[in-house]
Amino acid sequence: MSDSAYLRPPWKNLERQHQAVTLGIWAFLGSEVLLFAGLFAGYSVYRGLHPAGFLAAGRETSIVFGTVNTAILMTSSLTMAMAGRTAKARLFHAARILLFATFALGLLFLVLKGFEYREDIHKHLIPGPGFPISVEGAALFFSFYWVMTGIHATHVTGGLVAVLRLIVTSRNDTAWLAGSGSQEATALYWHLVDMIWIILYPLLYLAGRTHG
Amino acid sequence: MSETLSAIPDYLHDGTTLRSWLFTTDHKRIGILFALAITVFFFIGGTAISIVRLDLLTPAGDLVSDDTYNRLFTIHGIIMVWFFLIPSIPATLGNFLLPLMIGAEDLAFPRLNLLSWYLYMGGATFTVLTLILGGVDTGWTFYTPYSTMFANGAVLTAAAGVLISGFSSVLTGVNFIATTHALRAPGMTWFRLPLFVWSMYATSLVMVLATPVLAMTLVLVMAERWLGLPIFDPSRGGDPILFQHLFWFYSHPAVYIMILPAMGVVSELIACFARRRLFGYSFMVYALVAIAVIGFFVWGHHMFVSGQSAYANIVFSFLSFMVAVPSAIKVFNWTATLYRGSISFEAPMLYAFGFLGLFTVGGLTGLFLATVPIDIHVTDTYFVVAHFHYIMVGGSVCAYLGGLHFWWPKITGKLYPEAWARFAAILMFFGFNLTFFPQFVMGYLGMPRRYHVYPPEFQIYHVLSTSGAVVLGTAYFLPLAYLLGSLWWGRNAGINPWKAKGLEWQAPSPPPHKNFPVPPHVPDEPYDYHPKEGPLAEAAGDVS
Amino acid sequence: MAAMMDFKLSLPEASQNAQQVDIAFFSVLAISGVILLTLLVLLLIFIVRYRKGSRAKRGPLPEWLKREFELGWTSATIFLAIFIFWWFVGGSIFPPRAFPGQLEIHVVAKQWMWKTEHPDGAREIDALHLPVNTPVRLVMTSEDVIHSFFVPAFRLKQDVLPMITTELEFTPTELGTFHLFCAEYCGAQHSRMTGQITVMTQSQYARWLRLQPHGDSLVREGETLYAKFGCGACHAPTSRIQAPKLGGIAGQAVALQTGARVVADDAYLRRSITDPRADIVAGFTPIMPSYGAVATSSEVEALVAYVKALPKEEQQP
Repeated sequence: MSDSAYLRPPWKNLERQHQAVTLGIWAFLGSEVLLFAGLFAGYSVYRGLHPAGFLAAGRETSIVFGTVNTAILMTSSLTMAMAGRTAKARLFHAARILLFATFALGLLFLVLKGFEYREDIHKHLIPGPGFPISVEGAALFFSFYWVMTGIHATHVTGGLVAVLRLIVTSRNDTAWLAGSGSQEATALYWHLVDMIWIILYPLLYLAGRTHG
Repeated sequence: MSETLSAIPDYLHDGTTLRSWLFTTDHKRIGILFALAITVFFFIGGTAISIVRLDLLTPAGDLVSDDTYNRLFTIHGIIMVWFFLIPSIPATLGNFLLPLMIGAEDLAFPRLNLLSWYLYMGGATFTVLTLILGGVDTGWTFYTPYSTMFANGAVLTAAAGVLISGFSSVLTGVNFIATTHALRAPGMTWFRLPLFVWSMYATSLVMVLATPVLAMTLVLVMAERWLGLPIFDPSRGGDPILFQHLFWFYSHPAVYIMILPAMGVVSELIACFARRRLFGYSFMVYALVAIAVIGFFVWGHHMFVSGQSAYANIVFSFLSFMVAVPSAIKVFNWTATLYRGSISFEAPMLYAFGFLGLFTVGGLTGLFLATVPIDIHVTDTYFVVAHFHYIMVGGSVCAYLGGLHFWWPKITGKLYPEAWARFAAILMFFGFNLTFFPQFVMGYLGMPRRYHVYPPEFQIYHVLSTSGAVVLGTAYFLPLAYLLGSLWWGRNAGINPWKAKGLEWQAPSPPPHKNFPVPPHVPDEPYDYHPKEGPLAEAAGDVS
Repeated sequence: MAAMMDFKLSLPEASQNAQQVDIAFFSVLAISGVILLTLLVLLLIFIVRYRKGSRAKRGPLPEWLKREFELGWTSATIFLAIFIFWWFVGGSIFPPRAFPGQLEIHVVAKQWMWKTEHPDGAREIDALHLPVNTPVRLVMTSEDVIHSFFVPAFRLKQDVLPMITTELEFTPTELGTFHLFCAEYCGAQHSRMTGQITVMTQSQYARWLRLQPHGDSLVREGETLYAKFGCGACHAPTSRIQAPKLGGIAGQAVALQTGARVVADDAYLRRSITDPRADIVAGFTPIMPSYGAVATSSEVEALVAYVKALPKEEQQP
């Protein structure tokens, strides 16, 4: 579709522009993967050095919040993917509803995360004086817990802003969802944020819970 | 004015308000914005180290206090690495030239490009804030637990500054990658690209993949220092060596971010001023990519004495020897390009020659450092300081200045004064060697780095080094003066004063906003300075 | 400025490995010199011969300077790189092993001084006296940040880490006094954290040692700490708490709860004090608290030395 209204300089061809946006977002996702890879590497090193501490600490995270949030985020990826499909099929109204749903689910994720953090703080699960688990390495687990979930939540927030932008910009011109490459780029980013969580979930919530 | 199609203004005059500059999406203007910023930082970082070198004239450290000294060398490193070298060639010359060299109107994502600059400036703001708060004394390497648990000083703002500017790198890399893939003019296939474009592409791969690891490492340092979360603190189970692994996993590829663009520039300069096709073009491309890839796997050579296992040392040593090979190939090929060429000695070529000699010295001394038993002796001494300055200053800065001079006519439409430029280049070469060669010697003799006071037997070397620094520092002011002066008093450059090949020389000097009033003609071969077969056309730089 | 004329052009080779390091250094220097000289000569020749306007023959490249030549010099470079690596680094694969009769010196680094302790308890600050031609093993730890023990004359350097022990083994081969530098930036007075290594003849060393005020030897220090921390409450043979008995444990095989068997070496003993839950002995419950936070690195070393010296108890009926 050469819908030249959506062409941005320096592009002369809309399909080329879309391809470039997709390539660009994939390159950016590469950098995001490396960002989290460093955190995962650090976590793995310490898990190897302090297995007992990590297992003891892993039992204290809130499995209910964690599992519910995982389901929410995965569903939001589903709605995001469906939004992409419907936009491509030019069913823009449906696409916008699905984008709303994605936004709502993402927001719900953050809200539940907030409640979870409140519970964690209530249980004094912040390394420092008053930290309840004395096994060496447990405090390290929670350092990584706070940093990893915090950075992930920051990325979710960024994703929400991007999704909101899709919703707002397409308000008066729903065809923009197909004409611009933004929808696809946002979707790819959102899926990455979901995949990072899928790795975080077992590391932070299932560790230490596999046997009595 | 330049010979443009009458009424189209060039990019410098296409809107003259401050707003038109601060909200520009023109890659050429953004290149200028970066150039201005990095020049300011270059002189701040240079001032810091001038004070250091003055203090080192005497062994007793009687110019500044220990603490001030430590803060000075730290800020020199932070500024020069992240606020000068890393953005230098990519964000100034790369930004300006990449679209021109491939025949495009702009980068793939012009607004993202502007965001890159603002992120750089955001990081720069934190760095200036760090200076105002009295600086930081951890060394540019931020080793834990000193940086997280012991240092007094603005560690958080320094880390924040580096962290934010890192995103600038990532976005520039993303932009360059997409641009190279998707915006090449018809006929500009991958293996017709100038080596400068290839070097930008390879550098971008490293910027995109390595920088996030630094970002995350700095976040962890900030979390430990600011929020008290145990991460690297050994008394709470942390491992300070983990910091070193994470830090160097980025910081080694970072040095390739600093040298690959320089190699790209040198290829352009040598081909033009030897009037010769670059020897072994495809090997040059493979070498660039090989350096970028292998460079990710050698970081442990910074940690041979850190306590890591002998097996790790062996592996990293071997890979470090391997990464030297593609660099050597490039030096051979640049030299071979001169064979049967028609060499002239304008300032850019003088810088290219300087690069060849100095980068080779720097690279060869890398072999010393890759050899574990030698490294055990000379690591953390001035030998290492000399090694990396030969590469980063003798290599990268030389190439940056060479490129700046080479493309100055295209960027500004003016010619710089050639005699002054040659004088400055030669002065720099001598000043540089006088500054840094004695450091190899005193490093071998045991003079540790980051030392404020030192045993008197090293004084002669420090005096030689500081004398060189005075010459070198003076030499750096010359281009600042005559390049700026040329803007007002320089002769107008024509469209192609060097009669160089490359699409950028088909655009007016300076180019208009959209670069090419007429679509450029893409030749069948890059660097077609002479026909492949048959006798070379002589002298006057003419090529058919 | 007269002092400036008192400069060094060479460094004594004062340890057994120093000569090898120098051979490596100067060999790589020679190879580098040849490569650099070749490059510079070629550059000079080309610059003169092929300068613009000269009469040299130009034109297409000769046949032999084609792709094969490039592959040739690429292979040669790879071969040279592998050769230098194998010749000078290959030997490092097998680090020297500790052997009995080694003089074991404990070194503690802290901002901004070096504390060294001889086996019989003699202590020095920013100094270390050593007997010549005697294998030495430095067991080093830091009380705060990362430091680095650097003796240029020995061509040796080893980072010194907090809460971890690193070791450096060497044999001094020359008499004299040599610089000791801290080589890892450690804060304000990093450049003042220097000292002196004095190498004497063996008889001079013995005489010097006798004259030193002797603090507690490491083992005695450990004994005091053992009592201070109340280790005997669980570990004494008469204790009713179930805890592994420590007499004669050093060097023995220990069966762990996980089913693995480990040797009770220094690292195991250290870990058992700072992180007792890391290796739980089979048949015991993990009730021992960690002393990693209450004992400094050097105190842990002293405890380890004491435990190693405990004789095997007679078997209880």
